[in-house]
Amino acid sequence: MTIALTLDDACAALAADPTATVLAGGTDLMVQVNRGDHSIGNVVAIDRVPELRGWTREGDVLRIGAGMTYADMADPGFGALAPALGQAARTVGSPQIRATGTIGGNLATASPAGDMLPVLVALDAVVELRSSDGERHLPLDEFVVGVKANALSAGELIVAVRVPVLHGPQEFMKVGPRNAMVISVASLALVVDPFGRTVRVGLGSVAPVPLRATEAEVMIGGRIDWEGGRPPTAGDVDRFGQLVADAARPIDDHRGTAAYRRHVVGVMARRALVRAFGMVGEEAA
Amino acid sequence: MSEVRATQTRGRTRPSGIGESVRRPDAIPKVTGAFAFSSDLRHDRMLWGGTLRSPHPSARISSIDVGPAVAVTGVHAVLTHSDVPGRATFGLEHLDQSVLAGDVVRYAGEPVAIVAADHPDTVRRALDAIQVEYEVTEPLVDPSRAETATPIHPDGNLIRRIHLRHGDPSAADREGLVTVEGTYEVGMQDQAFLGPESGLAVPAADGGVDLFIATQWLHVDRDQVADCLGMDPDLVRLTLAGVGGAFGAREDLSLHVHLCMLALYTGRPVKMVYSRHESFHGHVHRHPARMWYRHHAEPDGTLVRVEARLLLDGGAYASSSGAVIANATCFAAGPYRVPSADVDGVVVRTNNPPCGAMRGFGAVQTCMAHEAQMDRLATALDMDPIDLRLKNALAPGDRLLTGQVLTGTLPVAEVIRTCAEHPSAAVRSDEPMTRPGGAGRTADADHVVRGEALAVGFKNLMFSEGFDDSSAARCELRDGVVTITCACAEVGQGFVTLIGQITSEVLGVDEVVLAPVETTGIGSAGSTSASRQSWMSGGAVQKACEEVRAAVVARVAVTHDVPVDDLVLVEGRVESLSGSVSVDLAEATAEPLSADVVYRHAPTSPLDHDGQGDAHVSFAVSAHRAIVDVDPDLGLVRVVELTTSQDVGRVLNPVQAVGQLEGGAAQGVGLAVMEEVLVDGGRIRNASFTDYLVPTALDMPPVEIAALIEQPEPGAPFGAKGIGEPPCISSTAAVVGALRHATGLELARVPVRPADIALAEAQAGVDR
Repeated sequence: MTIALTLDDACAALAADPTATVLAGGTDLMVQVNRGDHSIGNVVAIDRVPELRGWTREGDVLRIGAGMTYADMADPGFGALAPALGQAARTVGSPQIRATGTIGGNLATASPAGDMLPVLVALDAVVELRSSDGERHLPLDEFVVGVKANALSAGELIVAVRVPVLHGPQEFMKVGPRNAMVISVASLALVVDPFGRTVRVGLGSVAPVPLRATEAEVMIGGRIDWEGGRPPTAGDVDRFGQLVADAARPIDDHRGTAAYRRHVVGVMARRALVRAFGMVGEEAA
Repeated sequence: MSEVRATQTRGRTRPSGIGESVRRPDAIPKVTGAFAFSSDLRHDRMLWGGTLRSPHPSARISSIDVGPAVAVTGVHAVLTHSDVPGRATFGLEHLDQSVLAGDVVRYAGEPVAIVAADHPDTVRRALDAIQVEYEVTEPLVDPSRAETATPIHPDGNLIRRIHLRHGDPSAADREGLVTVEGTYEVGMQDQAFLGPESGLAVPAADGGVDLFIATQWLHVDRDQVADCLGMDPDLVRLTLAGVGGAFGAREDLSLHVHLCMLALYTGRPVKMVYSRHESFHGHVHRHPARMWYRHHAEPDGTLVRVEARLLLDGGAYASSSGAVIANATCFAAGPYRVPSADVDGVVVRTNNPPCGAMRGFGAVQTCMAHEAQMDRLATALDMDPIDLRLKNALAPGDRLLTGQVLTGTLPVAEVIRTCAEHPSAAVRSDEPMTRPGGAGRTADADHVVRGEALAVGFKNLMFSEGFDDSSAARCELRDGVVTITCACAEVGQGFVTLIGQITSEVLGVDEVVLAPVETTGIGSAGSTSASRQSWMSGGAVQKACEEVRAAVVARVAVTHDVPVDDLVLVEGRVESLSGSVSVDLAEATAEPLSADVVYRHAPTSPLDHDGQGDAHVSFAVSAHRAIVDVDPDLGLVRVVELTTSQDVGRVLNPVQAVGQLEGGAAQGVGLAVMEEVLVDGGRIRNASFTDYLVPTALDMPPVEIAALIEQPEPGAPFGAKGIGEPPCISSTAAVVGALRHATGLELARVPVRPADIALAEAQAGVDR
């Protein structure tokens, strides 16, 4: 067990044993260990590495340390810059889990149900990786490569994730059969970039990896009245919901059926769009 | 917490006596973490035990090779069925379950081998090293096929059928009646206690074994363990360890025999603790049910006849299935006057996980169905559903479906009326977190619809059908100190508090010593189940205290030459009403006094061929009114408020009574909207608290107590009825009724899944 006190310590320990297990909040890892799914050799604990904690803003780029906990992200000061990340962080687990689980851990686990991932994919996040050999940056969709699979190389550590500060409305929603402390059955992040004139949608738990609803984004981007601010019509909202539902590639599992997942991402998409822009005429959710 | 007011005025009671909110002796230790649960047990030279379980729901075992496991360093024992020293099988009603599987496994999770080793990790490695060859066979997983399928057990696939026939079978064969029909389904619920199965067995110098264990019934465990060990029961001594909840799941044996086998084999203390995953496979669950009902009524709402077919899935082994189907059948129509009935109750064996006792015990399943039927009937009659229930409410003097005349109290109309009339405190909150979907932020205010419904349910108290039900207690008074010995298992229900209150009431003392709860030196207290301990062990303690009281009064009467009737026990003294005598209780009992009693309730009879007979001792009824908010497009739900009235006989401890009502309602809400053990092809798919969901603080509303109806039950100690089970009987039915009211959907199955609402709407093409 190495308790790293600096980022260099952590990278050196991982260079010495690239098979070592990295321990941050432990909220995913210990579940696997207790279930016997994860045999542990050496452990590198990174929760005391100061370079991984906190966030910084440079211009309109927000750099979020991999050790930021969900509780840190649920803080209103942070939420003002990345509202959907703050909203998503608040939906994770219980207060105890949020106090210790980290955004880096959410990325490393790369679960289809990871609550931060649909937000990060919608924000076109870039993941910063570091090893004793150097540093590289990967867009989120190149980092998460499959169900619980990521592009981390041996000896490599997630250091931070960069997202833009967008100055537009953001919405995160999550469906689960319990009103708190529940694994997502389907989730959706909608972010608006008023300067880039895009509406971006990330979907969670409806595919092996977090998805973008590209067709829906293009369609609604073209229908929004970016200059005049006139809300989308009920027909636009409906069409948008349909295209988002079509983008999902869900499966049946013990948490929900594919049909239900597809249905609810459509509903969430309509509601998120209306929350962001309002709507002209009758809502047809 | 709700405030409770006694509905009767009575004489002044002692601050530590009956009717007072005396604080539990284990309250502070449990809150601070100082309380030792069974999983906290430790012993010098202790080994750890573990269990190898079948991965298959149905298979023949061709061979077991323990050699590679024995070879693991640190392993002290690897035992299989051939090592069971005594009887190879156990069971509460039928001895049909193997201690360790021999040639056949009948459910996924059935124990096959056990290991003792120096460390839990060594145990895990050893379990992985055991080589078992299975010849996998097609599992029987559909209970509706069980009766006609090839028997999967020598005892056959029918565990019990009760075909109850009551009254005139042709009562509904005429024109002019209103008839409603429905089919209902209940999923498999888990007791979800927080303290998983755990215990410690210590080999004794006399060749026996001491077992420290969390259980509901020490003596029946002791007898079963002794038989399986082939040992004299006196050599098997069980002591109750700290119990982290039970709810029925600790009535059957789990690791008891395994621990004792390993301790006796190794000569070392052995501890075993199930993981949460293993716990889901290591105890019985609530029976899933499929139920068909047909109700016939006069146009004015008077019930004429009820027909029902009940099919419960008992899983691989019988456990207490026979008693569960009896309850489901006897209470199939609910607390209503039903002059004619035909109820065919069946519980079958399958290769699904075994089912048995859980709080509510058969009455939960049928309550969900009969209350849905009553609402459906009210709609068909164009009648208010509460008026319909009141019109048919059972009352003392009426007959039950079993023909038994109701002789005790049963304030059905009172619980309905007080619950229905209680003003609702539910408001529409602007806090988004309190909408359906909660923390998920899915609903805006205009996405939400509200519904409301009331449900009533009842069940028996104590064991039925002629069972010789008893509880033993001893009261000893020495130097003024009262010691109570009783083997009643405290599983959280609060009997430890009640002992002090009873002692205080009878003997006029504030302090009582509770002797260790164990099998040695005292007889059985019976099971902590069936809402029976306040009555049974409460009755035993009361009687023992009264005998000691009589003895000490008689002694002082002689020594001080005063009439017995002139003496009272007050504040640790024996005093005469005239004031001439005042003796310290310590002085009066320098020579100790003691009384041993065995308490029995009134005898009952078995059910006859037609399911008729005076099979039950007493009954309790409760009503719940649920107010729910639903987001129909997403199928998400929030229960906004639960209001309840309950028939309690007499409130013994108001705070504890409220605790039972709130906790039971939480389990009822869970079954209504989320709690289900998902079984697919015989395998549990959600054996964790990540995926087996129980209500959180955002799911469980405040419980408003409209009334605790205090009509003293004749024959019951202090007139009090057991109160533990009713809260989880009518709560589920009320919540699902409110969901129907909110959505207009049939919702014939619990738990109601989000897709049952959301996709039903989508399929119906409803445009919101």
